[in-house]
Amino acid sequence: MAYLLSLPALLLFAGVVVIPLAMTVILTFHDWGQYKGIEPVFILKNWREVFGDPYYGEMFGRTFRIALIVTVLAALFGAPEAYILNRMKSPWRGIFLLVVLGPLLISVVARTLGWALLFGGNSGLVNKVLLSLGVISGAIPFMFTETGMVVALVHVLMPYMVLSVWAALQRLDPQIENAAVALGAGPLTVLRRIVLPQAMPGILSGGVIVFALAASAFATPAIIGGRRLKVASTLVYDEFLNTLNWPLGAVVAVLLLAALAMIVIGANRLVERRYAQVFG
Amino acid sequence: MAFLALDNLTKSFGSHIAVDRLTLGVEKGEFVSLLGPSGCGKTTTLQMIAGFVEPSAGAITLEGRNLRAVKPAKRGLGIVFQSYALFPHMTVAENVSFGLEMQGIAAAERARRVGETLDLVGLGEFAGRFPRQLSGGQQQRVALARALVIRPQILLLDEPLSNLDAKLREEMQIELRQIQRTVGTTTILVTHDQGEAMALSDRIVVMNHGRAEQIGPPHEAYERPATAFVAGFLGKTNLVNGASVRPERISFAASGLAGTVKTRIFQGNHWLYQVDTADGLVTVIRQNTGEAMPEEGAAVHLAWGAS
Repeated sequence: MAYLLSLPALLLFAGVVVIPLAMTVILTFHDWGQYKGIEPVFILKNWREVFGDPYYGEMFGRTFRIALIVTVLAALFGAPEAYILNRMKSPWRGIFLLVVLGPLLISVVARTLGWALLFGGNSGLVNKVLLSLGVISGAIPFMFTETGMVVALVHVLMPYMVLSVWAALQRLDPQIENAAVALGAGPLTVLRRIVLPQAMPGILSGGVIVFALAASAFATPAIIGGRRLKVASTLVYDEFLNTLNWPLGAVVAVLLLAALAMIVIGANRLVERRYAQVFG
Repeated sequence: MAFLALDNLTKSFGSHIAVDRLTLGVEKGEFVSLLGPSGCGKTTTLQMIAGFVEPSAGAITLEGRNLRAVKPAKRGLGIVFQSYALFPHMTVAENVSFGLEMQGIAAAERARRVGETLDLVGLGEFAGRFPRQLSGGQQQRVALARALVIRPQILLLDEPLSNLDAKLREEMQIELRQIQRTVGTTTILVTHDQGEAMALSDRIVVMNHGRAEQIGPPHEAYERPATAFVAGFLGKTNLVNGASVRPERISFAASGLAGTVKTRIFQGNHWLYQVDTADGLVTVIRQNTGEAMPEEGAAVHLAWGAS
């Protein structure tokens, strides 16, 4: 009987997640033509197109390459940031936590536009200054490049990594570093042998979050990459709203979802199996 | 000169003086307890010996060399922390082996000494477990083994038994004393539990407000407390005619201080009395010998030796 209490939640879940998702999957098998629109038939044309045309392979490759680089960079910068934050004393800790998390309060669009204003072509602020100083002879390539997308995404997604690592570090015994020092460990050994292994679950779960968000990000790739450098989410958007080829867009969307789900579940399994025994 | 000497050791945090000119000599192989209420400076003293807190003034010497000039990682002291601070991502054997690894000892020798020390604390068969899979008492032994395996010149124990339940704590006290006697390591224990300090130590240092109120063997401090604070902290005491008298020294007699039994509590091996007298409430503890004892409301006389 008690299970009935979860019925409203289940109905909502079915209504807004399961049914649209099923409809999207069905949509991938429908036909589409420039003049006839969507035809509710069962064909594999769209799937064949996505798997047959190297354009899509390249686009998915770019999407996951960017997501992977963003994840690695966020870990490289975010983990030390969280460690330093954790060692700060109040009130500095609170102030810098606000500095780290503050950007979350600002829209992703605004934050990404900031990068565009700084580096966008010859009129971008940084490029303008450097050009007038004669430091560079042409604008730094940032807009419509993968590098630009990676830099902007790392900036946008860093707080998630910092928060995740910070949560793991807070479970650290406050005396544990002293314990290692007393046994003769130098500062680097303490970091590598004692702190890092205990921060690892946080780095990995933060990595899963950042990877998933980077691979499915829309606003940042749309602004920095535009139409020239498409990733999965901007391609889906274009198919649905510009080309109006919904079935093709649905295939890309379903593939992105399936790949992400597999990666996230796989990574979670790995983390759990590796750390359940140790940290529980 | 003593094996470990603290000379006018002082630590102040801003205007608050945590440790105030503490002077103490500890002999080789001795077991000394720093005893006092929380905030009395005992833990700060331990942290200064360990090197985690920099003294404001004073000297720490170990076998005549200035310990303050030695980095914490090079002091070679064994420390058992209140929270144990075991490395959760390492097995019991890896935890114990860590200090030896830092000393650059070869793997075979490491394994031998780890096994030996784990046997000493009775955890030989738990070498492959992770700390999370052990009970509190077992974790405590791992912490002890980890501190002892590096053959420290001094073993520092920071409230090591306070996280254990009463029965286990008593068992560990006995075991700790036996292990300390076996290995002969000079040991400094920080505790707020006077029973623990008295049971384990050769000498106790009773601290209050950063100062050592009395330094001496437990029975001496108990029998001849230097100050009212020491008398009160080391056990129940009565102040009668300005003199401090332990409750177990007072007996019911035919004559003496007259009073009425206010409460009587049976505690198995002894009776605990509160007697209303002209000098105020007097606490009396009498061994339970099976004989009939005065009941509540009875008129009694109290007598005690002139100690």
